[in-house]
Amino acid sequence: MGIVEAILLSVITAATPLVIAALGELVTERSGVLNLGVEGMMVMGAVSAFAATQITGSPYLGILAGIACGAVFSQLFAFLTLTLVANQVATGLALTLLGLGASGMLGESFLGIQGIKLQPIAIPVLADIPVIGPLLFRQDIIFYLSIALVAGVHWFLFKSRAGLKLRAVGDSHASAHALGVNVIRTRYLAVMFGGACAGLAGAQLSLVYTPQWVENMSAGRGWIALALVVFSSWRPWRLIAGGYLFGAVSISQLHAQAFGLGIPSQLLSSLPYLATIIVLILISHNRRTTLINTPASLGKPFVPDR
Amino acid sequence: MRIELEKRAKISTLFSILSPFIAFLLMIIFGGIMFALLGKNPVTALYSFFVEPLSEVWSLHELAIKAAPLILIAVGLSVCFRSNNWNIGAEGQFIMGAIAGSILPVVFYDWQSPLVLPLMMLMGMLGGALFAAIPAFLKAHMNTNEILTSLMLVYVAQLFLDWLVRGPWRNPGGMNFPETRTFAADAILPEMIASGRTHWGFAFAIIAAILVWFMMRYTLKGFEISVLGQSERAGRFAGFSSRRMIWFSMLLSGALAGLAGISEVSGAIQQLRPVISPGYGFTAIIVAFLGRLNPLGIIAAGLVLALTYLGGEAAQLSLGVSDKVTRVFQGLLLFFVLSCDTLIHYRIRLVWYRFTASDLDGSR
Amino acid sequence: MKKLLLALASTAAVIGFASAAAAQEKAKVCFVYVGSKTDGGWTQAHDIGRLELEKALGDKIETQFLESVPEGPDAERAIERLARSGCGLIYTTSFGFMDATIKIAQKFPDVKFEHATGYKTAPNVATYNSRFYEGRYIQGVIAAKMSEKGVAGYIASFPIPEVVMGINSFVIGARSVNPDFKIKVVWANTWFDPGKEADAAKALVDQGVDILTQHTDTTAPMQVAAERGIKAFGQASDMIAAGPKTQLTAIVDTWGAYYIKRTQAFLDGKWETTSSWDGLKDGILTMAPYTNMPDDVKKLAEETEAKIKSGELKPFTGPLKKQDGSEWLAAGASSDDGTLLGMNFYVEGVDDQLPK
Repeated sequence: MGIVEAILLSVITAATPLVIAALGELVTERSGVLNLGVEGMMVMGAVSAFAATQITGSPYLGILAGIACGAVFSQLFAFLTLTLVANQVATGLALTLLGLGASGMLGESFLGIQGIKLQPIAIPVLADIPVIGPLLFRQDIIFYLSIALVAGVHWFLFKSRAGLKLRAVGDSHASAHALGVNVIRTRYLAVMFGGACAGLAGAQLSLVYTPQWVENMSAGRGWIALALVVFSSWRPWRLIAGGYLFGAVSISQLHAQAFGLGIPSQLLSSLPYLATIIVLILISHNRRTTLINTPASLGKPFVPDR
Repeated sequence: MRIELEKRAKISTLFSILSPFIAFLLMIIFGGIMFALLGKNPVTALYSFFVEPLSEVWSLHELAIKAAPLILIAVGLSVCFRSNNWNIGAEGQFIMGAIAGSILPVVFYDWQSPLVLPLMMLMGMLGGALFAAIPAFLKAHMNTNEILTSLMLVYVAQLFLDWLVRGPWRNPGGMNFPETRTFAADAILPEMIASGRTHWGFAFAIIAAILVWFMMRYTLKGFEISVLGQSERAGRFAGFSSRRMIWFSMLLSGALAGLAGISEVSGAIQQLRPVISPGYGFTAIIVAFLGRLNPLGIIAAGLVLALTYLGGEAAQLSLGVSDKVTRVFQGLLLFFVLSCDTLIHYRIRLVWYRFTASDLDGSR
Repeated sequence: MKKLLLALASTAAVIGFASAAAAQEKAKVCFVYVGSKTDGGWTQAHDIGRLELEKALGDKIETQFLESVPEGPDAERAIERLARSGCGLIYTTSFGFMDATIKIAQKFPDVKFEHATGYKTAPNVATYNSRFYEGRYIQGVIAAKMSEKGVAGYIASFPIPEVVMGINSFVIGARSVNPDFKIKVVWANTWFDPGKEADAAKALVDQGVDILTQHTDTTAPMQVAAERGIKAFGQASDMIAAGPKTQLTAIVDTWGAYYIKRTQAFLDGKWETTSSWDGLKDGILTMAPYTNMPDDVKKLAEETEAKIKSGELKPFTGPLKKQDGSEWLAAGASSDDGTLLGMNFYVEGVDDQLPK
């Protein structure tokens, strides 16, 4: 295996959780809800996926547990912000606080236990293609899911009727309501999807990236995912570009260090953040296209008239 | 069962005062149950959380020290959020303010004069404002979303500080450990009263809150902020420029975060070190909304949040619960406070589904 | 409501009574932790030490701790809270608590303080540290014997003297076996982020190192080494569970011995301020069993350990050159502790540059 392939493999592992969590948040935000609790939902997904895997012995059940836990946990946020119209920004941050604390409590008996790694699945024929075979077709199911989910969400948002409704809710909840769309229910489901994705991303952390459970193991990745949604201008395919750009710069800077270039490691470590900003500047100069894709009702509460 | 909200004709003054108390009562019941389930005495737990930190003078000082940066940052953020500018990078502006303000006491260590302290404060504000100017410029002129830029710049600021204190600004007599020299006496923000450690940073926070409250309530600028925040179009008709507002709100909140940073460093830490904030810039976002984006409310919210940190420590000692439990407790408390605020704008009705009229006429 | 108030009042009375009663009986020994006590690394090692202390002297003392205390003003408050709650002896277990400890110690002259890894002392403040580098030297010796390529990867946290010292000691140990041995260093800029540590480990392995050692706290690098089929060293605790066929040995922090010794002195009224820097011979660090290596390497490792314990071998002994080739220590000369504690230069063989 060449060094380039090796680097790309690490990039894929690093980028996958970012893409998945960001994708969930993208759908949530497209419905007009800003959930800053990604970090908290992610770490809850990580702990429950790890625990379920340990108890049942099957990482696949672990994945399901991670998804379920993220989805259920997100409903706490949904109830507060949608039913009780509490402020979304503050509630999301409180959700992160709660998730970090609760996952630490739940995970205490799983600390220091050796994890079970989710094994890759080789896709017949395709896996034997040189270079791209091992990179793209000898991966674990979560990686395949991440790509499928991006394609699925793209189709859902732009090609399906339900997706059109969801976008309508996000752009103008009042008109969507007038047209007979159930705004609140749509948003509940969108938040739940966001939670499920964050949970899946968490499962990737504790089953693939580093098969173990330690407190706060998401280490800020939920925040990066949030930033990536903005980076993508709320378009699913761009998430892959953003996630992989961030991952690639993160991994390359480690290689640059191992190579002994003599550049301060702090400067190298800040490159992924700077690179993301610069690329965003380059792609967002067109004000009109950015505006079209930004959900206009983002963060605004909705209460139906009766 | 279902919950229905009905918008009140006007904001309920009664509930805007009462809602925190209702939240508090709910939290006492709910928190009590939580601690009982954990096998801890709920009364001791609640006592440690809410009473013990308030029962001693030294502890009240600590409360003020902890609340000061939260309030100062949140007051600035409230202007941003009210005008729809999503600055979530106050943590980075806090750090850059601390760095800029520390140029005098670190690089010009030997220059001692009564001028040092006021200059430090000014430079701190300038540093924070300049760092906030980056997302402001990018938003106003390059059309780049400020949520991403301000957040990403936080990490850059943290790494820059890390590099400074390990490299050029390292204390020459500090055994090569990553910290700067301890500031000279002239560069240390003094204590306000003799009975404890509270420094003038707390006064800055209160003054800033009052000034911004006054601005929001009685000046044209305050009106401009509200109008542009509610509708950019309406603002344009009134002759207000949303571009200028981006600059104004970001620079103001950056300056206040920077002032918080240099006050914290000069008053409480008295040197720069790799980490100078346990996430004040992020916690302040909660404080801003907890205070309903009202500067006076923010003072109260900052004190309450600071109280839960102190209370969490007290509970660790009196009950032997882990810091994770206190995190959960904090999260739940916030949930209750945030959801009770709903009562200010809405009437809440519990509807038993079977009996609703709409169910009968089949319209839903 | 009335009942609640009643309950509040009665419990308040009970609390007051209970703490008064306890104060008469046992001395209180307290700990301030920078991380969570279940972090699997630095703080957990201190907490294990605290539990050993309770086991040894439990009839005479009780212990309390505050965990996840941020450095800065929060630390000052936490230490003051402990001092006020009646702690007679307080261990502050992070370098960043140094100035906070000194400040509070001035306010509470009757309370004794022990600060880990710092350099400031006072009449009632002692410092303590562990000669981790002794373990690193042994690791270096093993690495040079086990590596086929003669290159090891080193995942470092932050460039502080402690970490630089460890890197140098590792290289000196390795070069005592193979004079051409080299290491590659990656700074993760974190103590605790499994993902980032794993990425750093992968980067090093991809660049051709065949031995990994880490100065960060999670077992993620050990897992990567196990997956890639190379050998690695554990850090802070025995990480054999993460790499049963991978771990060669680990430096295990065993603070308990020190805590028992000092607390006993405190109880006997013989506590005095010191700057203690114990090593392998004092049991403040322990080598995990030497595993996954041929017998001759194991024998060499054991001999090296014995020599360090007896004082026959001091890792930082000349002839040694600095990274730039200039002379540091002449043949037979050993470095003084002061230079080590403030170490900010590399010795020959390190493929990295330190921030200046």
